[in-house]
Amino acid sequence: MLLIPCPWCGPRDESEFSYGGEAHIARPREPDALSDAEWADYQFMRTNPCGWHREQWLHTHGCRRWFNVERNTATHAIHAAYRIGEAPPLREPAS
Amino acid sequence: MQRYSALNIARHAASGHRHWEPAWRQAAPRRRYRVLIVGGGGHGLATAYYLAKEHGITDVAVLEKGWIGGGNTARNTTIVRSNYLWSASAALYEKSMKLWEGLSADINFNVMFSQRGVLNLGHTLQDMRDIRRRVNANRLNGIDGEVLDQAGVKARVPFINTSSDIRFPVLGASWQPRAGIARHDAVAWGFARAADSLGVDVVENCEVTGIRRENGAVVGVDTSRGPIDADRVGVVVAGHAGVLADMAGFRLPIESHPLQALVSEPIKPILDTVVMSNAIHVYVSQSDKGELVIGAGIDAYNGYGQRGSFQTIEHFLAALVELYPIFSRMRLLRHWGGIVDTCPDASPIIGKTPVGGLFFNCGWGTGGFKATPGSGWVFAHTLATGEPHPINAPFGLDRFETGALVDEHGAAAVAH
Repeated sequence: MLLIPCPWCGPRDESEFSYGGEAHIARPREPDALSDAEWADYQFMRTNPCGWHREQWLHTHGCRRWFNVERNTATHAIHAAYRIGEAPPLREPAS
Repeated sequence: MQRYSALNIARHAASGHRHWEPAWRQAAPRRRYRVLIVGGGGHGLATAYYLAKEHGITDVAVLEKGWIGGGNTARNTTIVRSNYLWSASAALYEKSMKLWEGLSADINFNVMFSQRGVLNLGHTLQDMRDIRRRVNANRLNGIDGEVLDQAGVKARVPFINTSSDIRFPVLGASWQPRAGIARHDAVAWGFARAADSLGVDVVENCEVTGIRRENGAVVGVDTSRGPIDADRVGVVVAGHAGVLADMAGFRLPIESHPLQALVSEPIKPILDTVVMSNAIHVYVSQSDKGELVIGAGIDAYNGYGQRGSFQTIEHFLAALVELYPIFSRMRLLRHWGGIVDTCPDASPIIGKTPVGGLFFNCGWGTGGFKATPGSGWVFAHTLATGEPHPINAPFGLDRFETGALVDEHGAAAVAH
């Protein structure tokens, strides 16, 4: 069970949240200009790392706001939560 | 291969069963093979077996980072069925079902395949319409299936809760009589032994750390036991396909999630079929040892930790107790998690990659076990000929570019 530090509400139980998948995937500014391969990459392809992963969460049963979390998919450790639009907090590469 | 037979059991009994050969050799990797298979789970071992048996290619090694039967093959809920909606899926899973039906004799290893039938419950009028549509589609594809009403479900599972007062009342079900369960680790052991007996090297404790390429084609792999060259490499690493694709320099439409399951204390025989519920989201069968084998959906977040969150267990145990109040005081013996590679369309990827000579078989999500023999059979064809078999042609990686998805989300009678 994860304890997720919502940037607005503080640490809350995972059951209050919904998962939103990989973060920082920018919607293409000109979708019509994309090739099928580029569109497939935007629409379907994911980094899916075994290790640190930046991902979106929604505090569904709380403030109902979206935010980003950097979490380790192998250990489930959470490095930081940060608001949409903010840069991800720095992390020691070795950690 | 030393055959398993009543006669041989009697012979070995005379010497106290002290002289059985190991089921497969402890092979050390050679420097070069014609075909390398990365991943010694059921699918990888089945691929090796059918490469040797159907295509005569025995210069093959299966590289397993752990031990045989230690990964997802031994971490699932062992359900086998083929009642998928779309024709592409039906062909793939029904091929597998036909192989299951002769598998124990074919590989001379009792995989305890038990065709006890699967019920997929319907809880709403729309569920029942979808069930009728799917059963009709199944029958058009030559797959057995029936639509049962509530009384039909009750006749097969007398203790199921058919009260109209529950949140999702049981209105009926689809019924596939040929579906069932099999012993999961026996499938890995049986295929390992059968492949080994045809000359395949099954190499355990050999982790692939890199995929070597020259001029856009694969030439071999780096492993924890040294580099190995190969003409063709097939990657069958449920749970880690994204990691291997990253080594080969391309991306996959896959996210890896924890999938948890539970086993209860053993009880006397009570449930002689398999019951799955999409809406209430739990599936259960009873093993030959008497344990209830219970599973449900994935944890929502990406995870490689082979464990999930307690709230997910709570969710599917609540569903279990709602459907089967009789199980409410049972104790649970074991609980575990596996890693499942989920695709956006809930169908697998079996075929070519952007790297020449490198083939992937992955993305089976929560439903790979049932496909073990069929997956190996079509992937062996793909590795032997360099081209997909007509059965796995619709499951190429290119479908995410062309848009020809095989959308089995919710269509396959399964709780995704």
